[in-house]
Amino acid sequence: MIRFALRRLISLTLSLIVASIVIFAVIEIIPGDPAAFMLGVNARPDTVAALREELGLTASAPARYLAWVTGMLTGDFGTSYTYKTPVAGMIADRIWVSFPLAIYALILSTLIAFPAGIYAAARRGRLGDVSVMAATQLGVAVPNFWFAMIIVSIFSLKLGWFNAIGFPGWDAGFWPAIKALTLPAIALALPQAAILARVMRSSLLDMLNEDFMRTARAKGLSRRQALWRHAVRNAMIPVLTILGLQFAFLLAGGIIIEQVFYLPGLGRLIFQSIQARDLIVVESVVMLLVFTVIVVNFAVDIAYAAVDPRLRGRR
Amino acid sequence: MSLLTIRDLQLSIHGTPILRDVDLTVEAGKITAITGESGSGKSLTALTVMGLLPTGSETAGTVALDKVDVLKASEPELCAMRGNDMAMVFQEPMTALNPVQCIGDQVAEAILIHTKTTRAKARSRAAAMLERVGLPNDRFPLSRYPHELSGGQRQRVVIAMAIALRPKLLIADEPTTALDVTTQAKILTLLKELVSEFDMGLLMITHDLAVVADFADEIVVMQKGDVVEAGPTGEVLQNMQHPYTRSLFAASGHQVDLPDAMGAEPLLRVTNVMRDYPVPRKSLFSPPGVFRAVDDVSFDLGVGERVGLVGESGCGKSTLTKAILGLDPIQGGSITMGGAPVYTGKAPNRAVRRRMQVVFQDPYGSFNPRHRVDRLISEPFHLLDTPPLGEARQHAIATALEDVGLAADDALKYIHEFSGGQRQRIAIARALITEPDLIVFDEAVSALDVSVRAQVLDLLAELCRKRPFSYLFISHDLSVVRSVTDRVLVMKSGQIVEQGDTETVFTSPQHPYTQTLLAAAPVLPDLT
Repeated sequence: MIRFALRRLISLTLSLIVASIVIFAVIEIIPGDPAAFMLGVNARPDTVAALREELGLTASAPARYLAWVTGMLTGDFGTSYTYKTPVAGMIADRIWVSFPLAIYALILSTLIAFPAGIYAAARRGRLGDVSVMAATQLGVAVPNFWFAMIIVSIFSLKLGWFNAIGFPGWDAGFWPAIKALTLPAIALALPQAAILARVMRSSLLDMLNEDFMRTARAKGLSRRQALWRHAVRNAMIPVLTILGLQFAFLLAGGIIIEQVFYLPGLGRLIFQSIQARDLIVVESVVMLLVFTVIVVNFAVDIAYAAVDPRLRGRR
Repeated sequence: MSLLTIRDLQLSIHGTPILRDVDLTVEAGKITAITGESGSGKSLTALTVMGLLPTGSETAGTVALDKVDVLKASEPELCAMRGNDMAMVFQEPMTALNPVQCIGDQVAEAILIHTKTTRAKARSRAAAMLERVGLPNDRFPLSRYPHELSGGQRQRVVIAMAIALRPKLLIADEPTTALDVTTQAKILTLLKELVSEFDMGLLMITHDLAVVADFADEIVVMQKGDVVEAGPTGEVLQNMQHPYTRSLFAASGHQVDLPDAMGAEPLLRVTNVMRDYPVPRKSLFSPPGVFRAVDDVSFDLGVGERVGLVGESGCGKSTLTKAILGLDPIQGGSITMGGAPVYTGKAPNRAVRRRMQVVFQDPYGSFNPRHRVDRLISEPFHLLDTPPLGEARQHAIATALEDVGLAADDALKYIHEFSGGQRQRIAIARALITEPDLIVFDEAVSALDVSVRAQVLDLLAELCRKRPFSYLFISHDLSVVRSVTDRVLVMKSGQIVEQGDTETVFTSPQHPYTQTLLAAAPVLPDLT
């Protein structure tokens, strides 16, 4: 198990190196040079030259790549051109919104999806199953921003339980911050929960037809006991896959929800930086997201092996 | 009073009658075998006793286990009985165990469900049970997972699970069908020992009459949901009353009338063949290891000769077959057909490849369900440089279908419209359509019922008479190999340990391994 984790760790490192090269190369191959691109078409040549100097674009590409990577490793992400502040600080502020939001949403979606999926599978074809499936159908179909607006109008505007927009920051205390993230987390979580519940249900139904389920029943387990003790763990593999993909989406794809709730998250940061052509910020945030996705995949791989002993020896 | 008494059992599923007036009894300390072809209701009778019938089932009659009528018991009562009073062993050991739970926990669970005991005590009882079924703890600790065990070992775990609480009745549904002959013999011996040791009744389901004859005290023959004949094994076999029993018996020992082999001009020549598989490295920096699946194998197969290949699973039969078909490269030696290599460069040699075809075991999995039969059986035409088109193609398809005893009209049907035996005929038609010189039959009749198998084997003999061709017949079923081959190769751990004239090898085996194989194979009693 530990050897398996080490092997996955090596491949994780390799993926990170490849990803950083690709991101660097993409920024590199943007027509013209980054300085000219960032300043737009009407920039004066001497401004461009000054920016080139400031960005260190006069050095060779490998040297700049190395400087970028070593900078990131020491926590120096460069300085934003538009805001004139260190990128590291900007990301740090935003990450304390996006990360908790993504985890909050993931926990909610798991808490909704697992019971719903298991409930539906256990009552296959009966009313409970049909209603859960109808609800998930709706959850998948409804766009999350529209759903966000609906819950804002009910819980904030009508009932006044939550603030409609904004984030007080963690300095305001843990519970106020969590409270501010609750509506966005629900809006993010519900469509994901709908997908996850469907995967959980179908994966469980596959398991219910397996021979070992009949063996479990022949031992004297009731239908429900057999489901919980033998089917659920076997059904986890596809569910974990989806869960890993969803976390990456929740982190980066929360942008629409961040806009709706006016939250200062990573999604908005990257959106604003692209509009401002602040490539330094874009580059760093993208690298950070890639890093997160790769680490999440690593965690999912480890979880696979924890769930399924057959996967431990391989790869 | 018998341990298990089934009287007038009727079963219908979603209104379709499945069982009609089934009567049978199982005595404590005795073995009752149910035999019959697939679809005769054997397994459903067993599942009725366990109360594990599919939804939509309706039953009538009585199934009394020690005075308790199972049919009238409630679900919680049944749960309390299953695993405690009655237990079951299933056919497919590879999938019968939960793959993500260690064997110790799975056996201990059976104990924990029914007895108030601690986890530690249940585990030590599980260890004792595993030891009893031949899985000693020093070699098979409780922490082993099913995927780390062979099929025979897994079946032992399933048996340990079933007998953990010493049930009064054990039901075994084709417990050895998926196993090798030597493993089968060991599992049957184990079951027999357990029956007398625990004074347990065993209801055993098997399609293999040779197993029944050796093993059971009582025999029940079923056909289409009816019991057609029942009684003590010796009496029933000596004095078969029902025509179905007689035909079942005749089909089991079916002898094929094979035309004489032709001259021994070599067609396929296998010389010192080696086939290695890479295995995972031991550590990060050690060189990748290799597993030699086929080790220095040499034999010739003459024009018109029929050769059998026998051996246990994992001995390298399938690997060798793939190499012969040019599907895999080999790491040493040569395989030639008519002098030309079967594998050149990085691909099969087309010129040779079109002269051989293959028929696989599984008549259900080896066809694309979305293609019509004409497309399925004309697929080998892609090997030809100028495949027949239009009329000629239709004619070839019709001829191939008629050759295997089907109608030309069947070309327009889909595969799900055919039974297992018909599908295997279609597989043979697909192999025949390019008129190859060599056909490889890879366990081609193993999944078929005895009577269907007998028909397919007769078809082989008939095809040989019509147009002589050579075949390599791979099977674990020694009696079948004996009846349809001229020469036989015995394979063990990647090597051919004995080869020779089929009759000679079977009557006076020289190699100890061949002797073990033949001794382990159950044989039909000679009733004449």
